[in-house]
Amino acid sequence: MDDDLNTIVKVRSLTKNFGDVSAVAGIDFDIRRGELFGFLGPNGAGKTTTINMLTGLAHPDRGSIHIAGINCTNNSKAAQHLMGIVPDESNLYPELTGVENLCFCGALYGMAKRDRESRAQELLGLFGLAEAAGRKFVGYSKGMKRKLTIAAGIIHHPALLFLDEPTTGIDVASARQIRQLIADLNRSGTTIFLTTHYIEEAERLCGRIAFIVGGKIVRTDTVENLMHPTQKQQVMEFFVEGQASEVVGDLCVGFPELEIRRVEGGRLRVASNQAVHIGPLVRLFEEHGLEVTEVRKIRPTLEDIFVEITGIEAASIKREKEKTGAAL
Amino acid sequence: MKQWIAFWSILGKDMSSYYLKPPNISWGLTFPVAWTAMFFIKSGEGLESIQGLLPGVVSLSVLFGTTSMLAVTVTFERKGRSFERLLLAPISLKLLMLAKTSGAILFGVTNGFIPVIMALFLTDLSGIRWSLVLPAIIFIAAGSTFLGLFIAVSVSEVFEAQTFSNFFRFPMIFLCGLFFPIEKLPVWLQPLSYALPLTYGADVLRTGFQQQGTMPPQLDFLMLGLFSLGLFLLSQHNIGKKWIA
Repeated sequence: MDDDLNTIVKVRSLTKNFGDVSAVAGIDFDIRRGELFGFLGPNGAGKTTTINMLTGLAHPDRGSIHIAGINCTNNSKAAQHLMGIVPDESNLYPELTGVENLCFCGALYGMAKRDRESRAQELLGLFGLAEAAGRKFVGYSKGMKRKLTIAAGIIHHPALLFLDEPTTGIDVASARQIRQLIADLNRSGTTIFLTTHYIEEAERLCGRIAFIVGGKIVRTDTVENLMHPTQKQQVMEFFVEGQASEVVGDLCVGFPELEIRRVEGGRLRVASNQAVHIGPLVRLFEEHGLEVTEVRKIRPTLEDIFVEITGIEAASIKREKEKTGAAL
Repeated sequence: MKQWIAFWSILGKDMSSYYLKPPNISWGLTFPVAWTAMFFIKSGEGLESIQGLLPGVVSLSVLFGTTSMLAVTVTFERKGRSFERLLLAPISLKLLMLAKTSGAILFGVTNGFIPVIMALFLTDLSGIRWSLVLPAIIFIAAGSTFLGLFIAVSVSEVFEAQTFSNFFRFPMIFLCGLFFPIEKLPVWLQPLSYALPLTYGADVLRTGFQQQGTMPPQLDFLMLGLFSLGLFLLSQHNIGKKWIA
């Protein structure tokens, strides 16, 4: 019972097919109240379809959705008042000003005129948009649009906020500010469901993360637990002049304790649960006529874990979605 | 109560963002003036003939004022994904659709009265049965708006909304009895005339303005009501099927 009270989203065997394509294939997960839950996966993994089913833009074929104890499986309207939704594209009204957009969004959730006006002013100040409050949305920069879209998503103080790729395609400073706002929102008690293709962003912000690939959740855990097995590992990256792949055969034979993590052009990354001795490895490269130009000790990241679990190169996910990019 | 706050806000936003924009106001004035002048010049009769032109001009003003406006605005909002915001709000789909269509109905009713107001200055309208004309304009506006909604749900691009609107509107103009009496149409076309909502709208307006309708006004209103309800329910079904997949 306590566990149920502590759970704001409960998803069981959720399934959605589009013709012969299984977009979401029987996924299960829970989100606890106050949690910042990350949902990571490549394009076409089923992230948006899952969000659409949770928020009411799509009907599940099978399975169940409970939000704050309300069964929303076939009645998404029942819990929509509890949700704030920030889609991956800024979808406010171009012909309305910043403050008009926020007030309109507040009205959609039944907020009284005075409440929505004061809340709109508060949010415009919080998001650094007070000076642009009277300007039409169509004239906002991408970063400003994104911030106003997030502000519109929280105008009615939702208990659960869905953020779909909140920092995609905006400048570095705006992305950093948005991440800070997300963290502050979560600290103030809002439960957040975040999808992002920036794995570093998820690592910094999220408490727990689910990896979804091909419509299936392949792993759900806290960032700490996901990272734990790698803490004892030592990871080294060698940079050589030439093709690092030339040494792979001899490396496997001569150093069986090493696990080869990545071979890409002149880069080779190895991991081991024991100390990695650089000298013998440098000699091996030299025996193959490859000069070692740099050796780096790598702190394992969530990206490594993602690659290990899903078998998908994290950089390829970034490339898929990124248009203008936002450095972290 | 909270849902009604949303309802009035959607209606208010649509009125200010779309229907009360200067281009639409000027179009709403120009269109009936142009049609009235065209019919008036063509008839070659005196000012007293204006009353006879009103059923046609009012019908066309309402039809053109509502169908494409709603179809275009909804399709535009769908393209910009701002319509998703409405679908995700805690407001029932029926009330949301009523909110979106109410603006177009009001716009259509206003358009319908513009030729009547202009005619008031030119001729004696004391013989008009307002008890028929007023509800007739509202019913035609509602039916045309729901036709616009049906079109909006059926297309995905703004230009398709325009094209598809004309696909319905132009045959309706020629088959509804405004230009040619239905009984003078080829026999095989006559059933099609009776399958069009504007036929009943034009007929009740003719009764209201000139006492020349061919069907009882109760039947006209019943048919207009059934067309409106049918198009509304069909659109609701299609939204549930296509937009909330």
